[in-house]
Order: sequence, then structure tokens, then C-alpha cells
Amino acid sequence: MSILVNKDTKVITQGITGATGLFHTKGCLSYGTQMVGGVTPGKGGTIIEIELENGEKATQPVFNTVVEAKAATGCNASVIYVPPAFAADAIMEAVDAELDLVICITEGIPVLDMIKVSRYMEGKTTRLIGPNCPGVITPGECKIGIMPGYIHKKGHVGVVSRSGTLTYEAVHQLSTRGIGQSSAVGIGGDPVKGSEFIDILRLFNDDPDTFAVIMIGEIGGTAEEEAAEWVAANMKKPVIGFIGGQTAPPGKRMGHAGAIISGGKGTAAEKVSTMERCGIRVAPTPSEMGSTLVDVLEERGLLKSCQTAL
Amino acid sequence: MNIHEYQGKEVLRQYGVIVPTGYVAFTVDEAVAAAEKLGTKICVVKAQIHAGGRGKAGGVKVAKSIDEVRKYASEILGKVLVTHQTGPEGKEVKRLLIEQGCDIKKEYYVGVVVDRGTGRVVMMASEEGGTEIEEVAEHSPEKIFKEVIDPAIGLQAFQARKLAYAINIPSELVNKAVKFMIALYTAFVEKDCSIAEINPLVVTGDGEVMALDAKLNFDSNALYRRKDIVALRDLEEENEKEIQASKFDLSYIALDGNIGCMVNGAGLAMATMDIIKYYGGEPANFLDVGGGATTEKVTEAFKIILSDKAVKGIFVNIFGGIMKCDVIANGVVEAAKQVGLDRPLVVRLEGTNVEKGKDILNNSGLQIVAAGSMADGAQKIVNLVKGV
Repeated sequence: MSILVNKDTKVITQGITGATGLFHTKGCLSYGTQMVGGVTPGKGGTIIEIELENGEKATQPVFNTVVEAKAATGCNASVIYVPPAFAADAIMEAVDAELDLVICITEGIPVLDMIKVSRYMEGKTTRLIGPNCPGVITPGECKIGIMPGYIHKKGHVGVVSRSGTLTYEAVHQLSTRGIGQSSAVGIGGDPVKGSEFIDILRLFNDDPDTFAVIMIGEIGGTAEEEAAEWVAANMKKPVIGFIGGQTAPPGKRMGHAGAIISGGKGTAAEKVSTMERCGIRVAPTPSEMGSTLVDVLEERGLLKSCQTAL
Repeated sequence: MNIHEYQGKEVLRQYGVIVPTGYVAFTVDEAVAAAEKLGTKICVVKAQIHAGGRGKAGGVKVAKSIDEVRKYASEILGKVLVTHQTGPEGKEVKRLLIEQGCDIKKEYYVGVVVDRGTGRVVMMASEEGGTEIEEVAEHSPEKIFKEVIDPAIGLQAFQARKLAYAINIPSELVNKAVKFMIALYTAFVEKDCSIAEINPLVVTGDGEVMALDAKLNFDSNALYRRKDIVALRDLEEENEKEIQASKFDLSYIALDGNIGCMVNGAGLAMATMDIIKYYGGEPANFLDVGGGATTEKVTEAFKIILSDKAVKGIFVNIFGGIMKCDVIANGVVEAAKQVGLDRPLVVRLEGTNVEKGKDILNNSGLQIVAAGSMADGAQKIVNLVKGV
């Protein structure tokens, strides 16, 4: 088991003929993900040939619309690499086609576009991950996005994060300690996004194969605080955390559009203290995410069952 | 992106928001000419810098004669204003806004922001105008009223009315306030603002509802479709290194410390600053070279870091995912050779092709200290900079 994606997930790439889309489609195919086609308006009816990392050849059919792609391939998920000016439209097209899951990697979408997307998605069943995120991976089964697949190991720790490279850092610290992951989810660094920490924590809570969770937040907004309160009230599994940006000055946007302390809200200190009050152990430095989790697993008698990758 | 108050008022005026008449002045003579053109008994001389708190710092003066305009303009132009938003080094005033004085009956606050919690634009209003809204939010949050706006239909008149009555706008002026708020929301959406703050909004003796100040921030992700707003950018208000970095698509923010950082990924870059501080050092910058760093980008990043005289050492922290470590290592070596590395450099590489990357650094003949982990690297650079 896992969350969001598994070996049966069938994925199309929106923006498959662009350089980024093509590059990562190749990466996901090489990992073993069921990539079943792509969408680029105007290029429908063509077939793309892709040489995989092991030298084998694969093909991907291209469609003009998501609806067509779904009818022909039976896909239930899509990953979006289209440029920021067209990304909101691409998300809504995938939602309209009633895919189960849409993962938007694109960085730099105007926030007012995302507000329209969030309004459009009300009452719809599609789940959106991102934008401005690395994607989702269930090790050994399905990788959708831009993360380096090989650092992940199959196992029982869930990872959810607002930052891409910090997710890799956490996963690497786990894998080198022999601790595998059930799924790793990047929710993205934008202020208005598809899924929040709580949405993903809820899925991990219900997943029998996830025994513990690492939650990696950063400055800006109050999503970490809300998630921490939710954990205190609902979570049956241990959660450990980290918050990036403890030394960031107020009013400055730290790379991510969402990573900004404004109006005295969204400071790291406030997040860390709420998380700790809610029973989430917070790693003091980014180097100690793995060791902090190991400590907690040991205390709970879960370490052995989580050491799936020794 | 920020713009000046006078530019913000000009933008709002296009949407029918009432603002006082005023002119920008770059010299004392221009300030005097502007006051003469206004012809009002009272003029306000306002420093134009990209920071709030100008009044308290002496950047806003009320002049009752042309002589006073001349006096205040020469005092304020060239003055370095230190406010709670400028940092201790302050900001030099290079532009003034000369504005008609108005007969203020009462001050209010109206702001439009993106609310992450609801994923909507929210309009906020308060009777406590003129003061900092953060303080009101902290001490008397019940005095701030909010309306969540549906993006499909925009701000509705009844919502604006609710706000206007809630903050006790005089009954006979409520319709004017509603018009004001709807115009403000329209400007916010059509210009892709991230914040639009009117503090204070005033009601005047002759029954106007007016924006006495205007702070507009714009979503930098949307600037590609707002060329008119980009034209208002004042590069003199921005950090030189930050401008240079933005030309190469590097995300750079200058800080006060002495350890330069170069990292891939915003989250990891923030975390790297944190860990340097944790081990007793002070980061000189935030720098995210991004996922697709090339040799050219890495070289530029190095040049920017080294051009900061305060930098006493550099910490490169890379988690190579899609970006391969050998490519980064080549970039670091190339850059170090080009710019003439004269300060300690600690490099931590992890991820794809890490062994190749380490070999390249070891065989480069450069004085590069290799680190095994983030913590190891942070401790090494902190010690090197302290001369331990």
C-alpha cells in the first residue's frame, strides 16, 4: 500500500513535447511508471519515440486534449510541465476530464490564476498536488515528477514537504539509515495550492503501510500550525517535523512565492512551538531530520519494522 | 514587485479610486513648481521610498506656504530615512510627492490581500486607520472586518456595504465607500496585485472618500502580462546584487552576515542559512541557483557572492537530483578559476554522480574543503571564517 500513486496508476504528461516534459517523461518511464501518453494541443496524432536510460525504446502517443487522451489510454492521472502562463488552464482541463489525480510541477503561476483554479475545483473529485512541486513517488512502483528516483527505498515512512530539495535531503537521510518510504509527496511552495499538509497527513493516517510521517514545512502562512492541531486531534502515527527559514528576515520572499513572513505571521518560531505543543518532534537542523525520526521510531518500538532498506 | 506611493495612486486613479491631486518631484525646484501648480493653501511633502513608516521617520511634512515647501523639500531630499521597514542602514530619499492637503475628518484602513487559508482574495477594513494594521490585528482583532471574495463574480456591492457599515463610515458616504472598494478590488485583479493597502482611507470635510496613502505590491509571477507595471520599477530602490542575480534567473537575497551560500532549491537554501546560524555563523545571503544550474549560472552566482566585501567564506551545498554533481563540480571549479577564489570554500555534494563530482573537486588544484554532510559543511565554514 501507499498513497496517491502505485503500480496501477496510468499517467499522461501535459506538455509532453516541451523539453522539460520530454526529459521527465523519460525519467519516469525509466523508473517503471506507467506513462501512457501525452497532451500538446496541435500535436495530436503524432507518436513520440523515447530512448530510456537503459537503452530500450518506448513510444508515447500525443493527443490534442486531455479528454481524448483519457478515452484512448484509460489514464487516471496527469502531470503538468506546461509554462506558467498556460498552466492554470492545463490544470482545469485535467479536472474537467475527471482524472483522479493531477500533479502540477510548473513553477511561477500567477497567484490569481491559482485562485480561479481553486474556485473551479470546488465540488469536483480530482485531487491536485502542487503547483511548484517535485511531484509524488511511491518507491519501486510509481514516480511522477522530477525527483531523483534512485535515492528512494520502499518502506513505511511517509514524507510530505513544501520544498523539493529538502524532500530529497530527508529521503536520503532515511534511505542511508535503511529506512524506506511508503510515499513521498511534494505539496509545493506556492501560497495557493491544490493539497495542503492536512490532506496528505489524512491519507498517510489511513494507509496501513505507513507507520510514521516526516512533515517538512517552511516560513509563510499558517498551514503547518493547522496541520499540527490536526495531528494532535487525529493522527494515530508518530509525526516528526522540520521548518526551513528560521533565520529568514521578515518581508523578503525566500525563493518560493509562499515563503515570506508578512504581518508578523508565518515565522518559523511560531510553527515550531505549535508543532511541539501538538506532539510533533521537530528536528533542530536539516541534517537531523533522519536521526530525529530514528529516535522517535526507537522510542515507539517501530524502528525494526521501518528498517526495510538495510 | 513594489512601486512608489505616487505611482500606486496613479494606477488606482485609472480605476476611479479618488486620490488627492499631486505631482512627483526629483529636485527642490520641481517640488516648488509642483506646489505652485497645485495652488492649495496646504501642501504635503512626502518622501517616496519603498518602505512604510515614513511619517514617524520625518519623511512626511505639512507645508503651509511655498517657502515651507522649499524648506521641507530640501530637508527631505537626499535624507536617509530609517524606518521599521528599511533596516538600520535606511533608505535615501530621491523622489518626493507634493500633494494637496485635505481636510481629514476621520481615518480608516482598507486592504486587499491573498488569503492562503481560503485560497481567495480577501478585503479587510478597520476603523483604526493611520496606525499599523499588524498592531490592530494583534491587540484588537475584533476591529478588523473581512469579506472573502468569490473570483467568479468579484466583490459584490453588498459585501462592500457590510464592510462600510461595520467600520462606521458616515451613512451618507457609504455609497461612495462602496464605489471606492469595488474600484480598489478591480485594480487589484486587473493589475495582478499581491497586496493593495490603503492606510489611511479618509473621509474629508467636503464629503469625499479618498485614499491618502497607497501601497501596492505586485505578484512577480504575473509581471509577464503587466508591462505597464514593470515600467514603474525603480531599480534604485532595489539591492544591486539582487538585480544582477535576477538577470541570470538566480534567486538571491542579501543578508547581513559573512558566510556566502550557494544552494540548489529554495527550501534547502533556507535550511542552509539556518544550519550556518545554528553552528554560530551568520549567512551573508540566500541564494538558490535553481534546478537547472549551468556552469554559466554557477559562475555568476560566485561572482555575486564574492563581490560582497563582507563575505569571508563560501559554503556550497548541493543536493544533485536531476542536476548531476559532476556538472555542478565543473561549474564550481570553472567559476573559482575565472573569478580568482581568494576566500575559504567549503563544498558539500550529495546525490547523482556524487563520486565523479568529488573527484573533479579534489583534482582541481583549488583549495576546496570537502564536507560529508550539511552539518559537517556548516561547521567547517563557520570555523574557517572565525579563523579557528
